[in-house]
Amino acid sequence: MQLTHKDILDIASLSVAEIELILDTAVQMREISSRPIKKVPTLRGKTVVHFFYEPSTRTKTSFDVAAKRLSADSLSLSKSTSSLVKGETLIDTARNLDAMAPDAIVIRHSSAGAPHLIARHVRCGVINAGDGRHAHPSQALLDMLTVRQHKGRLDGLRIAIIGDITHSRVARSNCEGFVKMGSEVVLCGPPTMIPKGIETYGVSVTGDVDEAISGADVVMLLRIQKERQQAGLFPSEREYARVYGLNRRRLEKAGRDVLIMHPGPVNRGVELAPEVADGPFSVILDQVANGVAVRMALLLLVAGGTRNENQD
Amino acid sequence: MRIRISGGRIIDPGRIDTVGDVVVENGKIRSVGPPDSEAADQVIDARNCLVVPGLIDVHVHLREPGHEYKETIASGAAAAVAGGFTAVCAMPNTNPVNDNAQVTRFILDRARAAGLARVYPVASITRGLKGEQLSEFAELKEAGAVAFSDDGRPVVGSRMMRRAMEYARGFDMPIVSHCEELDLAGDGVMNEGVVATRLGLAGIPNAAESIMVMRDIALAELTGARLHICHVSCAESIAAIRAAKDRGVRVTAETAPHYFTLTEEAVAEYDTRAKMNPPLRTAADRQAVRQALADGTLDAIATDHAPHSILEKEVEFDQAANGIIGLETALPLSLRLVADGVLPLTDLIAKLTVTPARVFGLPCGLIPGGAADITVIDPQRTWTVDAERFASLSRNCPFDGWPVTGRAVLTMVDGRIVYEAPEA
Repeated sequence: MQLTHKDILDIASLSVAEIELILDTAVQMREISSRPIKKVPTLRGKTVVHFFYEPSTRTKTSFDVAAKRLSADSLSLSKSTSSLVKGETLIDTARNLDAMAPDAIVIRHSSAGAPHLIARHVRCGVINAGDGRHAHPSQALLDMLTVRQHKGRLDGLRIAIIGDITHSRVARSNCEGFVKMGSEVVLCGPPTMIPKGIETYGVSVTGDVDEAISGADVVMLLRIQKERQQAGLFPSEREYARVYGLNRRRLEKAGRDVLIMHPGPVNRGVELAPEVADGPFSVILDQVANGVAVRMALLLLVAGGTRNENQD
Repeated sequence: MRIRISGGRIIDPGRIDTVGDVVVENGKIRSVGPPDSEAADQVIDARNCLVVPGLIDVHVHLREPGHEYKETIASGAAAAVAGGFTAVCAMPNTNPVNDNAQVTRFILDRARAAGLARVYPVASITRGLKGEQLSEFAELKEAGAVAFSDDGRPVVGSRMMRRAMEYARGFDMPIVSHCEELDLAGDGVMNEGVVATRLGLAGIPNAAESIMVMRDIALAELTGARLHICHVSCAESIAAIRAAKDRGVRVTAETAPHYFTLTEEAVAEYDTRAKMNPPLRTAADRQAVRQALADGTLDAIATDHAPHSILEKEVEFDQAANGIIGLETALPLSLRLVADGVLPLTDLIAKLTVTPARVFGLPCGLIPGGAADITVIDPQRTWTVDAERFASLSRNCPFDGWPVTGRAVLTMVDGRIVYEAPEA
């Protein structure tokens, strides 16, 4: 089995079977990272371009490690090293990169839809590493992998996602992913951070954290960004932590084997109390490890050359 | 030179609706209605066609001076006559801004040289569109400006807008308002709602428009000025305008074909051709716009023709320029309102001719002795929109490839045939 499209742009365009394929492939990839020699020759001779138009440390590092473990030649472009600063358009930059015949372009961009724009203008596969508030498919896939690893399944689980949903591509992709895989998703946050019409994803929304957490198998916290306070979305970190922050007392409402997740970086003491972040239910570092595995799987499926070129 | 436009259905809203002949002699209309049998230099067979006063678009951006790679006065005027428009009102957000008589005269000179559609300059309310100092209304009017607008931007300061209205009243000129509460619109790039949420794009709520509509209506009441509201897109604005008209405020309003044709769904897949300001709204708003055209709350259909090159449009959605071109598609899209039973043909023609003319104080009508500005429309003609064949220099049209019905087959300005459609 292989992927239908040349690109991984968002979760919405992946089928359930494709998500399962990616997760199953990632399980095999995870094993590679546990070997003494963490490298296989699978993508030898393949070229992967990491094009990070927006600052990123974690995702970029994760993709970079993934590419190296598969023996791909990878190179990184950032906004300051690309021609974009010289006024070249995104499409021109992408076409120029494509002319050098890479096998995959991994792109992070602050504008929603930028990976889609690039994908229409290049022959190689494009992997979206996060575009604006829109999508972060590799994050959602690693989150699903982490939950599946610990719970053995995704369907029938109750997933609570708490925080700034409006500005979160992680939340959007996770809503699409978990709902698609049969989980029940409940969102919670201040009304200023719940986007209009989010219910159309098939999720429920509550303003009450205790209600969201109640009976949850997974509680996922989102990073609260300081600039949202200046924009008037919440009055202070202190008040946010009081009303929406996850602490040990609140956690008692959750299921017995609840998983605590966070896409990072964590604002300790704001959305997540330190004792919970470091507590026995936290799988935050498993997420990071699975991130490498999922990105290896994505690179393999997109750049691996097994895909039927005539399929799309 | 004597031209007979023969056998068409002649509609001049409020004046005449009959089948007959229109005779044009030496640039003027000679007779309207009665069959004509005198010798003519040219006979135009208008059977099964509509013969109407030249269409008027009170809201276009011709981009000259300053952005000639998007459109020039000549190319814009060519697009106008190809769409059946014999007159357009050119918004002042050029570079330099039309805030002084030299620019106004330049626009008129260029339009005259092009010799196609009439171009009526709209001058800016404030110098440089900065919202700080009034433009010189008297001199601008004398030079040929027909109205004042800072279109593309609102006049942010309420005190400045009040003074502009008061001052304009002295010249009996309309203040034409782009209603947008910039602070509320924030970093929004499309309508706030389900589609924006799904695409991860920042939204603009309806209230960003309606708040300013309500403010400007309040200021029109305060000052007694003539207020014309641009490109109305949403139900809340319409409710405010309807209520204001009911209590006698001197307010008029226009909408554009895209607001009664498309919804926010057109943006899906990040199509920058559907990016405009105000943004495309929901189906409920589209229905409200249609209803408001039917009940007279909205007086005019204007295109907000906004040419942009691919340099501004083939980019990331949030960085793409706002606006679409409209001159060459407005007529068939508007005729769909008649086909859909929204309003009678005569009312539709009025919204493209005599009503906007009245608001902007422009001549219009099939009147013996008057200038022969006439559009002949084949309402049954089916064709496919092909942006590559537009007279406009720009291609930013979300209707590209649409099959449509109805088109201007002949456009006449001052008795000269300035456009004839290619044979079907």
